[in-house]
Amino acid sequence: MKVVGLWVSALLLMVLPCFGQSDAGQGAPAQSDTAGLMQKIRDLEDRVISLEGQVRQLKTQQVPSAQPSPNPAASEETNAQTAPAASQTQAVPAVTSEPGGQSVTLGGAGGSAAKALNPDISAIGDFIGVAGHNPMQPSPALQMHESELGLQAIIDPYARGDFFLSFGEEGVNLEEGYITFTALPAGIVARVGKMRAAFGKVNTLHNHVLPWVDRPLVTNSLVGGEDGIDDAGVSVQRVFAGPKQIVFEATGQMFRGDSGNAESPVFQSNAKNDVSAVAHLRSYKDLTESTNLDLGLSYARGHNDQGSNFLTQLYGIDATVRWKPLRRAIYHSFIGRSEFIWSQRQQFPAEQRSFGFYTSGDYQLGRRWFVGGRYDRSGRAEFADLKDSGASAVLTYWPSEFSQVRGQYRFTRYAGNIDTNELLLQVMFSLGAHGAHPF
Amino acid sequence: MNRSSRHFSFTVLIVGGMVLGSLAFPTGASAKKLNVVTSTTDMAALTQEVGGDKVSVDSIAKGYQDPHFVEAKPSFLLRLRQADLLVVVGLQLEIGWLPPLITQSGNPRIQVGAGGYLDASQFAEILEIPQGTVTRAEGDVHPLGNPHYWLNPDNGRRIARGIATKLGDLDPGDSAFFQQRLQDFDKRLSEAEQKWDAEMKPYRGRKIVTYHRSFPNFAKHFGLDVIGYVEPRPGIPPTPSHTLETIQLMKRENCKVILVEPYFDLKTPQSIGRETGGQVVVYLPSVGGEKGVDDYFKLFDYDIGLLIKAFGASS
Repeated sequence: MKVVGLWVSALLLMVLPCFGQSDAGQGAPAQSDTAGLMQKIRDLEDRVISLEGQVRQLKTQQVPSAQPSPNPAASEETNAQTAPAASQTQAVPAVTSEPGGQSVTLGGAGGSAAKALNPDISAIGDFIGVAGHNPMQPSPALQMHESELGLQAIIDPYARGDFFLSFGEEGVNLEEGYITFTALPAGIVARVGKMRAAFGKVNTLHNHVLPWVDRPLVTNSLVGGEDGIDDAGVSVQRVFAGPKQIVFEATGQMFRGDSGNAESPVFQSNAKNDVSAVAHLRSYKDLTESTNLDLGLSYARGHNDQGSNFLTQLYGIDATVRWKPLRRAIYHSFIGRSEFIWSQRQQFPAEQRSFGFYTSGDYQLGRRWFVGGRYDRSGRAEFADLKDSGASAVLTYWPSEFSQVRGQYRFTRYAGNIDTNELLLQVMFSLGAHGAHPF
Repeated sequence: MNRSSRHFSFTVLIVGGMVLGSLAFPTGASAKKLNVVTSTTDMAALTQEVGGDKVSVDSIAKGYQDPHFVEAKPSFLLRLRQADLLVVVGLQLEIGWLPPLITQSGNPRIQVGAGGYLDASQFAEILEIPQGTVTRAEGDVHPLGNPHYWLNPDNGRRIARGIATKLGDLDPGDSAFFQQRLQDFDKRLSEAEQKWDAEMKPYRGRKIVTYHRSFPNFAKHFGLDVIGYVEPRPGIPPTPSHTLETIQLMKRENCKVILVEPYFDLKTPQSIGRETGGQVVVYLPSVGGEKGVDDYFKLFDYDIGLLIKAFGASS
């Protein structure tokens, strides 16, 4: 960086004499001389701007070089120290992380990687207040529901990494933490780590991008609630071009087999072999410039809390229609979505087959206001005959794109005979550089 | 055991299917033309100027769309997967939508830092680089400087030069062709610039108000004075108190022109216009903002035409 600075000043020094000469030389410089000088100044200006650009590039350089930097301390060490010391360093292979250590360890450049290479850090606060009586699913009057800490960066030229730690009021949970391999052949994108599974739409979404304060009944009853299918495993994804400009996206995932909240897990691994699998096929089409349709099929299977011999299988269909006029994209939009989920759970004494769905619509009234509604209906995974239903109305206000206030009125009828009315109020705020989420 | 092996075969089936699928739909670029995807139409127009018929260029955002808020539609993924080169505006203009598209594209050539990723901001003169501490109390600030830098012909020339060099790197056989096209573009741009400078000369020092801070490079080049903005802070919608301030400012400074980008609501600008007797002008920040404005030259022709008309009417 200093070198570039020197260059800039050197160039400026070169410009000054040019002015001096032209003044001293002739009383009235010819037109062509002036034009030549102007050209020269423009060229110099271009070079300064290009150097400024290089400085900016250096400052914002995000990708660490794939090669380890040569270590100047190493040669000094070998010169100064005697042979036994050298053989000692050879004998102990490569775990030191001190600056000046000879070997390269995971984490790479150590001291030389300055703050410029820190990951993008973000924090999202999610505060919820609830009024109204709900004996079935009681929630506290006021709670700091979740604080999500995101750490995101490009790891090396071949991969990027994302961490999302969610702090509840008690305890921390690794919501997601995975590496995405972006440089695989044949257009394949692979992920390894803990991640939200590609089952339908809502399961993939973090709390702060939901259009509601809560999650739909069907998610809570059949797909593991707020945590959902979120597990350690491997994911492989690829996009295909289909006929009639339809875009297909196929995802296959394999997980350890533990998902859902502790009281009612959707999947539970009782033995090492009890892995779970998720498959998702998405088809997408732009109907017009501002309208598009997104249809998905999902399948998940894993073992449940009854034991290794008891399987739970989930089948899902999701549909999303979006409308956003490009010239007024920041003022008006509509999203309609629905998910239909069938659960087939083996348990004692008889298999339970439950079905649930939600359907919702969200309309953006203006730059800061959104209004929406949702209808819910779902059987319960363990008691298919008990059916809950509900409806919500939602109003959202955005002071800016970094904060949001939301109110939701929620009516729920549990098992066909217990009615509850609740008012939920949510305040969310975002700090730092939270990376964009996939569409 | 039996069950887990069934799981395994299930996974193998999926992965196998994908590999087969990828064989059926080959990805790489088809030998001759370089596939270039750009984030905005301006970068596409400049690439087209220097690339000619040796490139096929596609822009993700439309010219009449707010480039801060573009939906990362899956249909763009296919185009990105085929791309040999991705040209971005940079300076965090596309931070809200482009990164997941790049990651999901599964195209190693265009990943950030790879040979086929080009951040055009490195070539251009960047204005309004914030000094000192940056906070979002100032709205949606761009900590690396104002990303609306392409509306200055000199920057256009510099960006084109950068793109021509990059195209030459990717396709060394046609390097001379790209340099030739660059020289031709440079010549035509210099001629046009003389014309534009002459047209704008009578209006040097004129005061204007813009909706968003997307005009500094144009204003600097043509000697206009941007005295205020309809937005109280970048990305924050107009407030009544700020609108009142803007009206008073325009009256005090005798400013009669309000420039609005095509993707903003006209209600507030029009009410400011009514109060101050100013003209509301929907100018185009990008190529393709209106029918017929389909290259870099026509963009300046169009905007300068609008400005001259507005200045003429207000004096």
